[in-house]
Amino acid sequence: MQGIEELITAYAHDIDDGLLDGWPEYFTEDGTYTVLTRENLADGLPMGIMYCQGRGMMADRIKAMQTANIFEAHTYCHLLGRSQINAESDGGYSARTNFNIIRTMQDGASEMFAVGKYLDMIEIQDGKPLFKERKVVLESRRVDILLVYPL
Amino acid sequence: MTLSSMKDLREPLRWPEPGVTRIPYRVYSDPEIYALEQQRIFRGPVWNFLCLEIDIPNNGDYKTSTVGEIPIIVTRDEDGDIHAMVNRCTHKGALVCLKERGNAKMLTCIYHSWSFDMAGKLKGIAFRNGLGGKGGLPKDFDPEKHSLELLRVEVFCGLVFGTFSEETPSVESFLGQPMSKFIRRNLGKPLEPLGMHSQIIHNNWKLYAENVRDSYHATLLHTFYTTFKINRLDMDGGIVLAEDKWHHISYAKRATFDEAEEYARDEIHAAQYDSHLEGPHLLNAWNEFDDGITHSIQAIFPNLAIQFTLNSLAVRFFVPRGVDKTELFWFYVGYEDDDDEQTAMRVMQGNLTGAAGLVSLEDGCINEFVQRGTHGSEMEMGLAEMGGREVESSDASRATETAIRGFWTGYRKIMGFD
Repeated sequence: MQGIEELITAYAHDIDDGLLDGWPEYFTEDGTYTVLTRENLADGLPMGIMYCQGRGMMADRIKAMQTANIFEAHTYCHLLGRSQINAESDGGYSARTNFNIIRTMQDGASEMFAVGKYLDMIEIQDGKPLFKERKVVLESRRVDILLVYPL
Repeated sequence: MTLSSMKDLREPLRWPEPGVTRIPYRVYSDPEIYALEQQRIFRGPVWNFLCLEIDIPNNGDYKTSTVGEIPIIVTRDEDGDIHAMVNRCTHKGALVCLKERGNAKMLTCIYHSWSFDMAGKLKGIAFRNGLGGKGGLPKDFDPEKHSLELLRVEVFCGLVFGTFSEETPSVESFLGQPMSKFIRRNLGKPLEPLGMHSQIIHNNWKLYAENVRDSYHATLLHTFYTTFKINRLDMDGGIVLAEDKWHHISYAKRATFDEAEEYARDEIHAAQYDSHLEGPHLLNAWNEFDDGITHSIQAIFPNLAIQFTLNSLAVRFFVPRGVDKTELFWFYVGYEDDDDEQTAMRVMQGNLTGAAGLVSLEDGCINEFVQRGTHGSEMEMGLAEMGGREVESSDASRATETAIRGFWTGYRKIMGFD
């Protein structure tokens, strides 16, 4: 359980510190990452705002962000709530963690950018916990300006 | 307020002499022009997109929307007919529908319990005859005269349109033949919703109206398009303008890619990126149509666009939320007869566009950069001479701003800016 909390915390701190090259490594090779809205999840609609299937697509996201996409520089600061972790019958774990992400733009404005919850399915590989599935469920359907760094 | 009762601008806008190749920056930031647009455009002779028909599939369904800044309710009544009305109680002016969507037999204003049927007719007034014979409305009060303000409604290929003006011709005449035909190509069979989100962009709505018509920028700013050869100017493609120039289609045929030396020679930032994908399944597209067109964007005046990028079909609706703020809605759809694999592919390619779109996210900030860049320069003007000074379709090249000149042609006409 402690290892899972560390996974969830280290993930957020790495993003806050701009250490994004290692982002796919938090997932299993075939892990999925989805950013979606609370509304679409409730309606059972399949489409999110960002979707990665496997580490390869995650690496592409990071590469695109670092070398292709154009946007104004900004940083994130994640505030995480306490995780609720449950053991699953397949030997893995599920976890739910609330988050609040403050975005700071280069003009100095620090504003709440995203609020919601992480819904995780975690697998233990060689004693190490990894996300098999991470759903980032946003409370709001509305994104301010754009979303480029993973949440 | 009627059109004639809206006074002209305190300081009239004289469009620069060269015409639509120049865009006075004042139109992006003047609150008076913004207010005038609400009357002349959104309450004027245009068809405004309200919602998708699949948003209100059942009798009794309603959904709120906006025309310009005017709050609107779209309903489907008990006979299945679609209506649209201003979401403003005819008593005190409060919102009648608070929920974004729902299903109801009547729409009741919570303030004083006035209730309206799904066609907007006033059907119930609390304490109409007072209490114990005292109070109440005058005997000659006529509920018939106090229906919610109605819009004319037409549904075309699953898109629900509304207009305030009696002068607006049918949707198909408003669009013209080439535009109608292309909408029919893309949306001509039953649709299935896949997901929706929106994005706040900090710019005047017209900057986005230009942006979706700007085929010149697409492959320069949006590196991902260029690198992965999804859309480049060295593919066969073109621009089709509506007869009245208000609307456009920009299209490209991916199979015709023939690398132009200009991409390397002009040191286009967009062509610098190594084009190897670690997750290539992102671009496993299938050919949806046999016309060879693999990428298209179609803008419908004033604030609608339809995108078909590979297999990603979306309706983009950009709503003015103030002179320098716009909410851009992304409604992703597939077809009712898609199989699971096709749905999965559309979901996968959803990564290309939207607020986090690999090829579109730059549009979230680029229009804001114009908004900010033009602050304090209201007397200056932008330039749109790429592809010449004509306002005509361009079947040979998309290195043109003809569709932008088309937008301003329509805008000047409807706003009376000579």
